[in-house]
Amino acid sequence: MNPLVTVVVAFRAVLRNKMRSFLTTLGIIIGVAAVIAMMAIGAGAKAQVEQAFSAMGTNLLIVMPGSTTAGGSFGGFGSMPTLTWDDLAAIRAEVPAVKAAAPQLRANQSIVSDELNWTTSITGTSPDYFEIRSWPVAVGAPFTQADVDAGSKVVVLGQTVVERLFGPSANPVGQTVRIGQSPFGVVGVLEKKGQSPSGQDYDDAAFIPMTTFAQRIQGGLGKFLTGTIFVQATGSDTTQRAMTDVQALLRDRHHIPPGGEDDFSIRNLSEVASAQQQGTETMTTLLASVAAVSLLVGGIGIMNIMLVSVTERTREIGLRMAIGAKPRSILLQFLVEALVLSLTGGLIGVALGVGTASWLAGKFRWPMQIQVDVIGISVVFSALVGVVFGIYPARKASQLDPIDALRYE
Amino acid sequence: MVAEPLIRVADVEKVYKTGDVEVRALRGVSLDVRPGEFVAIMGSSGSGKSTLMNLLGCLDRPTSGSYRLAGREVARMNKNELAEVRSEILGFVFQSFNLLARTSALENVELPLVYRGVGGAERRRRARLALERVGLGARLDHTPAQLSGGQQQRVAIARALVGDPKVILADEPTGNLDSQTSIDVMALFQELGRAGITIVLVTHEPDIAECASRVVVVKDGLIVTDREQVPRPARSAPAAGAEVHP
Ligand SMILES: Nc1ncnc2c1ncn2[C@@H]1O[C@H](COP(=O)(O)OP(=O)(O)O)[C@@H](O)[C@H]1O
Ligand SMILES: [Mg+2]
Repeated sequence: MNPLVTVVVAFRAVLRNKMRSFLTTLGIIIGVAAVIAMMAIGAGAKAQVEQAFSAMGTNLLIVMPGSTTAGGSFGGFGSMPTLTWDDLAAIRAEVPAVKAAAPQLRANQSIVSDELNWTTSITGTSPDYFEIRSWPVAVGAPFTQADVDAGSKVVVLGQTVVERLFGPSANPVGQTVRIGQSPFGVVGVLEKKGQSPSGQDYDDAAFIPMTTFAQRIQGGLGKFLTGTIFVQATGSDTTQRAMTDVQALLRDRHHIPPGGEDDFSIRNLSEVASAQQQGTETMTTLLASVAAVSLLVGGIGIMNIMLVSVTERTREIGLRMAIGAKPRSILLQFLVEALVLSLTGGLIGVALGVGTASWLAGKFRWPMQIQVDVIGISVVFSALVGVVFGIYPARKASQLDPIDALRYE
Repeated sequence: MVAEPLIRVADVEKVYKTGDVEVRALRGVSLDVRPGEFVAIMGSSGSGKSTLMNLLGCLDRPTSGSYRLAGREVARMNKNELAEVRSEILGFVFQSFNLLARTSALENVELPLVYRGVGGAERRRRARLALERVGLGARLDHTPAQLSGGQQQRVAIARALVGDPKVILADEPTGNLDSQTSIDVMALFQELGRAGITIVLVTHEPDIAECASRVVVVKDGLIVTDREQVPRPARSAPAAGAEVHP
């Protein structure tokens, strides 16, 4: 029996009982749709987290005052300064695995242009901060070490601040803004960076030299560095080393005895990132396996209906055998019928899955990535389900005895 | 001088085993059928007629004895070889027609050719010819539900014919038809017989058996009578009333 005729006959048999065929394939449809929608949304979430963390900077450690173990009961990190300016210098000079280190002093202040005023996060830092966070300027230049040494009143603005104060696509370099009482010259505008993992706008920020920040905003440059230190390791393989070395250095400098508790804490961002990444992945895997189970259940549904179909058509099978069908032709006929069921279900499932993912993404503003390989695998898998669960009923049909089959009531 | 008969059954026994009960449906049957013969097999219910037909049709194998069809021993063939013989040498007509429902007459008749791997256009051409031969050239697209019993049996005969078989086997082909329609169908068989096709037909109606050129009577699994006769032409039936269609 030629393949085309076999497929046509199978399609006709499937279409003969439209409702039954549809209900049978529903398991496959739902399974495939769920797998594709889950994977699309999971991949979207993963990509977003990845992008957000890489926007924070690579091989990054953040050193914060206060202990980790004290946790939330102390009312938040940084409330009591324990890090000093000399600590920063020592980290830079004495730890070989450290490539660069920069302070991050923060305060919310309003910035005023000629007509407008906008409250944003002001950061006091050193020029290598922009490198640590891989955040280049789009227009102008970052402030320099000379600006830091002199305590110059210069500012580098984030895109959102520029938009709020000067309007979209304006170039404020060379203009003057006021922070508190003091006028600051705008020397640069940073490139757009987007959102943090927690959804906060990175571009809503302004950066000034750390000395200027200490003097103008914190009311004087003292011994303590009232903020956190961003440390960049020389590479991803040295991040862990840099962390232990910085910890050892600070314990030594702070005279903490062996067994004593750190009065600072260090966060390894790549660890946080991979933990979050793993969370997303576990979730996706879990949901996808639930969907895969539904595919399996769909396969059992197909087997069930194929068995019913073989029984219903026993006489037809007997007749086909009597007029010359070989067992192999009968086997193929029922196998192709199961395949048509499962593959049609799979294709409808793909359409439904892509549709659902797009709809959810649109409605809840979730990121999503349709994955071509997942679609391919789902289709192949549903075909496989058809073959695996179709083979038993098909064999049963092909092994019928022609006389018994013809006589079947 | 005389070639081997088309069908040569020698000392065939068939025993059915159901649990520990054995039914000896055939108890040593021998029968030769020469090409072109029109054989009617008669006998009461349960005498073994269908069992014999199933063996002749290569649908089943004898428990013992030999069956040679067109010079080949059937008893030792495997399932695939049996299927090939059925497809190439035999044509079947059943009491209950056994047409595929919701499938046109043309496609029903095409079916044996599908399993022989004949291409679509050639298949349709030959199926159309076969339907014209049984007088249904105008009903190609009708499904079984749209045809009368007599017409359905004609479609089944066309299906048996389409593969150019050497033998047509018919187990009570008129069993579900009224007497006038039965006579029409028998006339068709006689026509095929005149065209050289060998026919073996089971019936328990004497006036149907009169149409054959040879009558074989089976009783309790044995052949008790085997005689040749001058066939009565089915067309000369006096009450040639028009066939009534539902
Ligand atoms: N598949 C079977 N299993 C067991 N017994 C059978 C089977 N087919 C037929 N028989 C028995 O064999 C005998 C002959 O049956 P069958 O050839 O169908 O008779 P007929 O067609 O002449 O009425 C009967 O006694 C019947 O009960
Ligand atoms: Mg019978």
